[in-house]
This record gives sequence, C-alpha cells and structure tokens, in this order.
Amino acid sequence: MDFYQETVFKLKRYWADRGCILQEPHDLEVGAGTMAPETFLRVLGDKPYKVAYVQPSRRPADGRYGENPNRLYKHQQLQVILKPAPADVIEQYLGSLEAIGIELAKHDIKLEEDNWESPTLGAWGVGWQVMLDGLEITQFTYFQQCGGIDLDVVPAEITYGLERIVAFLQDVDSVYDIEWAPGFKYSDVRLADEQQFSAYNFEMADVQRLWRLFDEHEAECLELLARFRKAPDQSRFPVLAAYDQVLKCSHLFNLLDARGAISVTERVGVIARVRKLATAVAAAWVRQQSQAAEKEVA
Amino acid sequence: MPRLLLEVGVEEIPDWMIEPALESLGANLAPLIEKLGGGQAWTDATPRRLVYRSRYTLDKERDEDTLVQGPSLSAGEKAAAGFARKMGVPVTELSPMDTGKGLYFSIKQRKMGLPARELLATALPTAIAGIQFPKTMHWGGKDSVRFIRPIRWVLALLDDEIIPFDIAGVPSGDWTYGHRVLGSKGPIQITIGEYDQMLRDNYVVVRASDRESKIRAGLGAGVRPDPELLKTLVYLTEFPTAIRGSFDPQYLELPEEILATVMRHHQRYFTVEKPDGSLAPEFVAVTNTNGDQDGLIRKGNERVLRARFNDARFFWRVDQQKKLSARVDDLAKVTFQAKLGSYKEKAERVQQLAVQMAAQVGADENTVSIATLLAKCDLTTEMVKEFTELQGLVGGLYAREQGEGEAVATAIYDHYKPVSMEDSIPRTLEGQVVALADKIDTLRECFRVGLIPTGSKDPFALRRAAQGVVKILAEARLPIDLFAFAERNEELLQFLQERVAHYLREVKGFPYDEVNAVTATKSGVLMDVLDRLTAVHDVRPTPNFEPLAASFKRIENILKQAEAGEAGTVRQELLAPGPEQDLYEAFLRIRSDMAKGGSYAAKLTSIASLRPQVDLFFDKILVNDPDAAIRRNRLALLASLLTEFSTIADFSAIVAQGGNAQS
Repeated sequence: MDFYQETVFKLKRYWADRGCILQEPHDLEVGAGTMAPETFLRVLGDKPYKVAYVQPSRRPADGRYGENPNRLYKHQQLQVILKPAPADVIEQYLGSLEAIGIELAKHDIKLEEDNWESPTLGAWGVGWQVMLDGLEITQFTYFQQCGGIDLDVVPAEITYGLERIVAFLQDVDSVYDIEWAPGFKYSDVRLADEQQFSAYNFEMADVQRLWRLFDEHEAECLELLARFRKAPDQSRFPVLAAYDQVLKCSHLFNLLDARGAISVTERVGVIARVRKLATAVAAAWVRQQSQAAEKEVA
Repeated sequence: MPRLLLEVGVEEIPDWMIEPALESLGANLAPLIEKLGGGQAWTDATPRRLVYRSRYTLDKERDEDTLVQGPSLSAGEKAAAGFARKMGVPVTELSPMDTGKGLYFSIKQRKMGLPARELLATALPTAIAGIQFPKTMHWGGKDSVRFIRPIRWVLALLDDEIIPFDIAGVPSGDWTYGHRVLGSKGPIQITIGEYDQMLRDNYVVVRASDRESKIRAGLGAGVRPDPELLKTLVYLTEFPTAIRGSFDPQYLELPEEILATVMRHHQRYFTVEKPDGSLAPEFVAVTNTNGDQDGLIRKGNERVLRARFNDARFFWRVDQQKKLSARVDDLAKVTFQAKLGSYKEKAERVQQLAVQMAAQVGADENTVSIATLLAKCDLTTEMVKEFTELQGLVGGLYAREQGEGEAVATAIYDHYKPVSMEDSIPRTLEGQVVALADKIDTLRECFRVGLIPTGSKDPFALRRAAQGVVKILAEARLPIDLFAFAERNEELLQFLQERVAHYLREVKGFPYDEVNAVTATKSGVLMDVLDRLTAVHDVRPTPNFEPLAASFKRIENILKQAEAGEAGTVRQELLAPGPEQDLYEAFLRIRSDMAKGGSYAAKLTSIASLRPQVDLFFDKILVNDPDAAIRRNRLALLASLLTEFSTIADFSAIVAQGGNAQS
C-alpha cells in the first residue's frame, strides 16, 4: 500500500514523463485547481501548454468541522492540463490509474456525462466524471470557453480528487484514516485545519469586513484593468496581479455565502461582479500574449 | 446485395443521447440508400460507437435522364444550332418539348450515377456530421466539425473495401477498437461478415438488445423492475455484467425513499426487495466488466454506498436539530427565481392562495395553511441540498418525524405531484390544494414577469406545472375555475386553455373536434368540462347527433353571412305555420326539458332530437324571406337555437365523419 504522498509522487512522475511541467499550487485561496492561473490563464490563446500540480481547494460551505468522513472544507486536487488535448488523452489518463496501482482489468471504470460550468469565471466545458467501482474519482473536461473567450485550441483538464482516490487505494472509509506518510494519518495533518476553518467560515468571519474586503479587491482589480488599457507598454503590465484580485473576490464571495450573508437578490449580482473582473482579466491576458507573440515574430 | 458497415468511434457519448443520435444518423442516410435502389438498414450503438449497417440493391447510383430546355422553336434554326453546339450534340438530336408555355428545343441528357463507393465517400461524412445532438463541442479548432464528443476512428466498409473519406481529421479505415480495458490494445481489423463476433471477442456487445438481455440475465431474484435505469445502463456499458452487493441492515432505519434514491439515482444500482415487498439490504450494480473474480468491484461499490448512506444518516440527524417550522425565515435566503424573489415570499403567497382554495373545496384550512408554509422549508436542509430530487418528499418525512401530524406531512410529501402525466395526483384533498396553489403561483408569477415558455424552451417547467394543475383539477373533481387564476393575463389564459385541450386530447384521448366543441364554452371548471365531453362522446354515435351538428354549423354560417348582430327575440306572430312553427315549439319544449335538469347525456340526446324539425325547416323554409321582418324573425329563431343549445358543447365544431373523428 502506498502512502498518500507516494500516490501523489507517482501521479506527478507519470505526467512529468508525458511532458508536463510540474508546478506548485497557486499560493492564494482558490475553490478549484481550475482557478489557479496555471489553468485559467494558460488555457487561453493558442500556445500549447502541459502542466500538472496539486491544488488545495477551499470551499467554505463544504466544511463539516472534521466530523463527516468524506466532506472537507479544503481538499486536494491534482490538476492536469493538456493543451491541446491529445487524441489518446483518455488512454493516457487510464494509464495514470494503472501507474498508481489500480489494476483496471479488476475494476469497473465508467465515463459518465458531467459537463462543467463556472458562472463566476465565464467558463464551461463538456466531459465526464470518471467512476471507479461506483466512486467518482476524477473530473474530465474539454474546455470550450474560459473567461468568456471561446477556446480555439481545446485543452483537456483532468482533475483527480486525491483524498477519494487514496481512500480507495488504502481501503479506508474515512479520509481522516488515510495514511499520509509513515506514522501520520490525514487527520494528524489536516483535522485541525478542518475544525478551525469550519468554525471561522460558518461562525466568526466578520461579514461587514468581508464585504469591505470584497469591495477593496474589486476596486484594486478595476483600477489595474483601467491602467492596463492606457498603458503605453502592455507587455510588462501586471495582469497576473489583477487576476489575483479576482481570486480574492471569488474566495470572499464563497466565505460570505458560507456565512449566509448573501441575499437572494444580491447573489446574481455578486456573481456578475466577479465574472466581469474575470472576463476582463482574461481579455487583457490574451491581448498581452498576442502582443508578446508579435514581438517574437518581429 | 452490397453490404455497408459504418462505425463511428467516439469518446463516451452520454447514454441518453444515443438513441436519438441513431435515429438522426438513420434519417440522414435513408435518402442515400434510396439512391442505391433501396434496401434494409440497421443501427446499433454502444457508448463508444454509433453503427449503421445496410444491405441495398444497386452497386451504383441510378442514372438520371433529364430534359435540358433550349431556345423556343420560334427562335429558329440558328438558335437551335447554337444550343446544340453548346450541349455538344448534333442538331438532329434536339427534340421539341412542351413546357406549357409553348414549344422549346430540348435535349435529353443522362446524368450517370456514381459508383456506390464514391457516392458513400461523399455522403457519409456529411451524414455523420449532421447527427443532431442536444449539446456539441469542438476539439480541433473552431472551424472543425462539432460533435457530441471527439471522433477517434471511423470504420467504413463496403463489402470488404474501405470507403475512403475523412471526418474531423480522422481518416476512415477498416479497423475498430475493442473494450477500453478488456479488448486487445491496438486497432482490430474487421471483415464485414465477422464484425459482431470480432467485437464480441474484444468484449463489446454491439447490440443494445443483447446487452439488455445480458443485464436481465444477471439481475437475479427480488430485483425491482426499473426500465429507465436499465436503459441507462445498456448505454453506459459495452460489456455489461451485473454483480450483487449488500449493505448493513441498520441503514434500513432510514426511509426507503432516501435509500432507494441514493441507490438508483446516485449509484445507478437496482434495488432489491424482500418477499414481503419491503426494501432488502442488497443492490445490483451493472459493471462494464467481465465479472468480479476477486470481489473487488463489489467491495468498492459497497464502500461507496456505505459512505453515501452514512452521509444520508448524518444529514437526517443534523436536519432534525432544526425543525421545519424554525426554517421558514431561512427561506428568505433561498432564491425562487431571480426576478421573483425568495421562497419565503413564495411560501406566503402560496399560503394565502391555498387557504382561499381550501374554503372553496372544503379542505381543512389549518392543515393547508401549515403545509404551505412548511412545504419549501426542506430546501434549507442538508438532505435536500445533497439529494435535490427528494425535495417535497423529505419535507413530508421530516414533518411526520417532527410531529406536524399526518395530514400536514402527507400534503407536503405529495405537493410536487404529479411530476408527469403518468404520475398520480396527491392523495388527500389538502395535498391537492397545496400542490395546486404551489403550481398556480409559479405559473402566475412567471407569466407576470414574462418568463413564458417558447417552442422547446421551458426552463421553469411551466408546461409540466400547468399539466399537473389540469390533472389534479380534473381527476380530483374539484369545483374550481382554472381560468379565473389567469386573472387578466391573456397569455396565461391562452396557455392554460392549451394545456386543458392537450390534456383532453393526449391524456384522455378524446377526438379533437369533441374537445373543441366542449372547450368552446370557455369554462375553466374542468370536472364539468370532462362531464360534458364524456356526454358528447357518448351521444355522438346516436343517429341524430352528427346531422344536427352539421345543421348547427349551417346555422352559424347563415348568421355570420346575415351579419345578424343582435338577432333579438322571436316574435311568435311572425312564425309561419308548419315547419317553422314546429321548430319553434320543439325548441321551447326541449329548452324547458333541459331546465328541469338531468344528465348532460340526457340533455344532449334531447337537443339531438331536434334534428327532424331542423331538417324540415331548412328543407321547406327560406330564411332569406323578402319581408325583412320575417327574415329577421327567422334569424332570431336560429340564433336562439344556437345560443340556448350551445352551452354544453358547440355543435358546430363537430366535424362530421360518421363518428370517426380522430385527434
């Protein structure tokens, strides 16, 4: 039996062997690996890209104070982007399962329709949830649009739910019983995290302050976008910093939602505010990239 | 006979799209087979392949002769020579052709039919790309083919020769692929006569009906029939094998509805029952494998189910910590619809409406009042957040658990019913009222802000809501006027009228003209509409009915032509003795008979008995009398007949077909 970290090593090794850059997680709160700039921005434009990284993903409303064996406020995703998607992408994916010790001939694998959509990111794609003996272990998506921009070069996004896969491999019923490293269980590493952040997210996060922070990050993003439009040299403009502001807003939105602080009428409006930032940043990024490409040609 | 085999290899197609896709492919190719002299065609599919096979008659497309029209004969020989030169034939081959507008020079031209292989090579890619899917993607650049999922190979054989073409960058070939895991790793070269067997050897059962039989054979004892799930699994697998697992009987303490939903909807398992009909702690999963020798798959599925049941039990316990009655204010945070505010506002509106309705039909107002207020509260529970399809039902179960009483619990439990035309209506009067008020509110509010279904677009399922309302009102025989709810919204009124007509025709199966005749009275009391319709349907085969209906139609036309306007009352002194007088007396007699009461059928029979007098009247009497007063009086007589006797049904809407009118 492999420890949690061994399985992660093997997956990373597998994708590195297939030409992926191994990135580290983005160092801001994100709800999913998709939101990290390594996916959100890199899937835009025509440049081929292959990357894999583990992304701790925070979903405040999913917290269960560490009391539910399968539900986490923060879970770990292994995110793989293959752009463009190779013709044998599913075979490659199935190979990765073999690589972590799943003998496919002895298990039941099904690809069941599951399309993905993120209204806050202006993004959608079609794909499947991959079911292993009745357990959803991976989300597989062919991106069609991101940041409101139709993608001409279609990437495949493979998102492994690491806790689920390892619980399966280790044959344990609770993620907290996963053996992370010799002598350390998942609970030793992460239980306090779950307990404390559940309490913070549901009970203590100051709603007024969260709203103020949301406004501040939004303002910062809007100001950067305005300056980008006027910048004499856009090629070095901090579009990436503007995107970080989007991520901040998105996380604050999730926190406010977990606090039950977003009313019916506000909700649609707040999502639209984040989407507006995300799509504007995406457009700026594409513009910057195409300018850089032109310079290279010149 | 030449044989065609086409297999489009695709990454896993969503199960529910497969049959429509095959239909679409078949329809796209039918004209092609027709060009080849006609023949038979079959379609098959697995999640990874759409298959089309045909045996047709000709090895090439039929030649086609056409006449090419040249100049008019009157244009003379010079023009004819020019035309012949252009067509590359001697002038002697031209022949005159009558176009209906005169004679023209013409030449018969033969278009040689393409050999089948060439024809297919051009037509197949178009037919494949033309398959209709509800949602498509692109994967090879914006300008490339859109399809449901990427096409990865195309097997295209005419007898044993490849039909050469290219689609989405994939060249056609003579190979296919087997089962993802169990089949041989590389491409498998196919000979057309052994296609089925070669796939079978590679763990692909290509025919849906064979996969279905394979699943059925493996289900075993006690499995509850589930045709919908069966079909899903047929199209989720290439080599289906059923395996049986079990779960800890302690979970049976949870309501059966919840357990069954987890198993059927979330895990796609068949449920199993004990001999007494209650749920057994077992399930049957259908895998895409060749069995489970080591029991790993069973174990894995059991573990997933255990986690799901644990979740459900956890949700149940957590949810009980806050009663439904304490959740009413939380509904303010749940969106009903962006333009329509929260579920709290909705609940309050529904409550008001339902209490009024309860008074009308004699339902218990207190029960209805509590049930409407609590009905949506389960939307705030963990259970419903997880299992959204259980909304309503969970509310009912919780209400019972929390001592709200059986009447309230049942009303909440049933309030989404009927979810389809096959589903039953709520069991209790109070449940019916709650369900009605909820749906009517949705309809009214959506129409008020312009969220109106158009064509196939009906995102708020308003047709289903309206259909449910109609079904409840009709089947529960509630004395409520449906159309009164439309208030002054013409669009809603028309929408409801359409749904009523649809129900009467499609669900109850009445001929369209009978439905038109009865709904012409614009009554929204559906129990009454149904009674009148049944009476019309029963009386219609009697000899007098249809002829009388035809006469009513005639009367209507006469009145329309005369532009009689307000015809006024009949002046007896102006009636001519004989047929006119007789008709009037018959009219008075029948009217007074009808006023005495009796069934609709009796009344209709009575009206129909008017036929001889009406016939004689039209035979002997000229309505258009030169004397304006007499003419007006006759029109008044006819108008009286029409209005007095059209309250049950508008006879003129009946299409005389000897009782055979079909919808």
